[in-house]
Amino acid sequence: MTGRRALRGALGAAGFLLLMEALGRAGVIDTYTLPLVSSILAGAAGLLADPGFLAGVGGTLSSCAAGLLLACALAVPSGLVMGTLPAVDRAVRPLVEFLRPIPSVALLPLAMFLFTSGEQGKIALVVYTCCWPLLINTMYGMRDVDPLAKETLRSFGFGSLDVVRRVSLPSAAPFIATGVRIAASVALIVAVSVELVAGGDGIGTFVSDAAAGNRRDLMIAATLWTGVIGLLVNTLLAATERRAFRWHHTRSSQETP
Amino acid sequence: MTRPAGRPRRPISRVNRPVRPDRTGAARRVASRAAGLWIVPVALLAWEAATRVAAAVYFPPPSLIVVHLHELWFSGPAGRAFLTEDAVDHLLPSLARVVVAWVAACVAAVALGVLLGRSRLLGDVTEPLIHFFRSVPPPLLIPIFMTMTGVGTPLQITAIVFGVVWPVLLNSLDGARHVDRRYLDTCQAFGLSRTIRLTRVILPAAAPKIFAGLRLSIGLALIMMIISEYIGSTEGVGYRMLVAQGQVDIPSMWTAIVILGLLGLLFNAAFLHVERRALAWHSGAHDTP
Repeated sequence: MTGRRALRGALGAAGFLLLMEALGRAGVIDTYTLPLVSSILAGAAGLLADPGFLAGVGGTLSSCAAGLLLACALAVPSGLVMGTLPAVDRAVRPLVEFLRPIPSVALLPLAMFLFTSGEQGKIALVVYTCCWPLLINTMYGMRDVDPLAKETLRSFGFGSLDVVRRVSLPSAAPFIATGVRIAASVALIVAVSVELVAGGDGIGTFVSDAAAGNRRDLMIAATLWTGVIGLLVNTLLAATERRAFRWHHTRSSQETP
Repeated sequence: MTRPAGRPRRPISRVNRPVRPDRTGAARRVASRAAGLWIVPVALLAWEAATRVAAAVYFPPPSLIVVHLHELWFSGPAGRAFLTEDAVDHLLPSLARVVVAWVAACVAAVALGVLLGRSRLLGDVTEPLIHFFRSVPPPLLIPIFMTMTGVGTPLQITAIVFGVVWPVLLNSLDGARHVDRRYLDTCQAFGLSRTIRLTRVILPAAAPKIFAGLRLSIGLALIMMIISEYIGSTEGVGYRMLVAQGQVDIPSMWTAIVILGLLGLLFNAAFLHVERRALAWHSGAHDTP
């Protein structure tokens, strides 16, 4: 069943590539505007040995990881506090709802002023972006905690900190993991955006340099690799979630991609 | 640890709660909701005080930003709805482009997604490709699009459409694929036409998933609008912001940040409103994060 799906998917992807190649060779698509698939794939293979591109990938991914970690350190405890203390939640919620819809890239010019190094500005924007899905998912997970388990622990004389550590946190963990996965995909988008506009070490800079050199094959090849990286990260996180939280069967119904 | 399957998430959803007809109740509810927002003025005051005390160059006090916001964007003639030349030249094109591109992309993506989702073969063949395109960070494609469209409106439209299409497509496909078999069997048993089956059964069943995709796409549309204006435009709020940044005109830059933030807030609020109405029957709709 799944084998047949995978086969069909592979056929679809192969068919798409062959079609694009054929259209390019037949002259339907101008190969200057959109290079042949074969030359893009050759360029993509060449990028694997290109130190400039590899450094760019390293730069982008390290800023994403640093930003994501910082955001976790900020947002998860805040979400726990807001989820445990309804008074805090009621008070702070309007601020969250006001700040959350601000598109992170709107803060880019400000970040370029505030941080002398582009790297720091990039990380700061990634942190800002990642905080919201993490915070919201943590709070949402806290709402889902079984009150019976909490009361049981309390009646056995555990303090509220212990209740958070032993019941609320494990029970909210699947939601936090979903938040991490969503945050990781937006982190990549924001990091690349900052690089495109402000430069610095990264895939975005590599692509805009390739654009300046009119190397369309390299631009598209680098973009393809970024898509592959995004897909890998997402698949990896989703698989970890599935393995780690197999007991959490309600997850799939409210998952937002 | 896990929730018992039968327990509802929240006993009564806000929409289904019986509305009390008396006016004072409604007024009291509005008043209590407004009182719940006390943190907003407090935060603004704190921000004002902090920026005045610190006299930070890059953080003008909010009162100054508001004055500047009025001057730069909304102090025009009454006949032009008080829009200044800056607003007409930069705000209106941005707005028009993002709305047109978002709507066009969403309509196309929902239609195509439902079509692909209803055909097992087509869905299986295209899904990995869609997954892949969805994983590509869309801003990376702006330089490539720029070599094809040049600088200007076509670039913004292409960029926004590309950013929006994939998540909506993927969610519509997923939603249309997993329609409860029994509903479709019922349709068949009653001999309902294909149109009715589509509009009354498949689309409503797929709606929660579709709306989840649409909600995601609003943020992406704004991001793509702003980035594509930073990189390849001679007009638009993003372009105006970059000009202000180049002139180290910090208050003007902040007004653009405020405008973009308000746009985000407005689009989100409008969308949530529509979603609540459209999915009022769906119990899980209010609780998805």
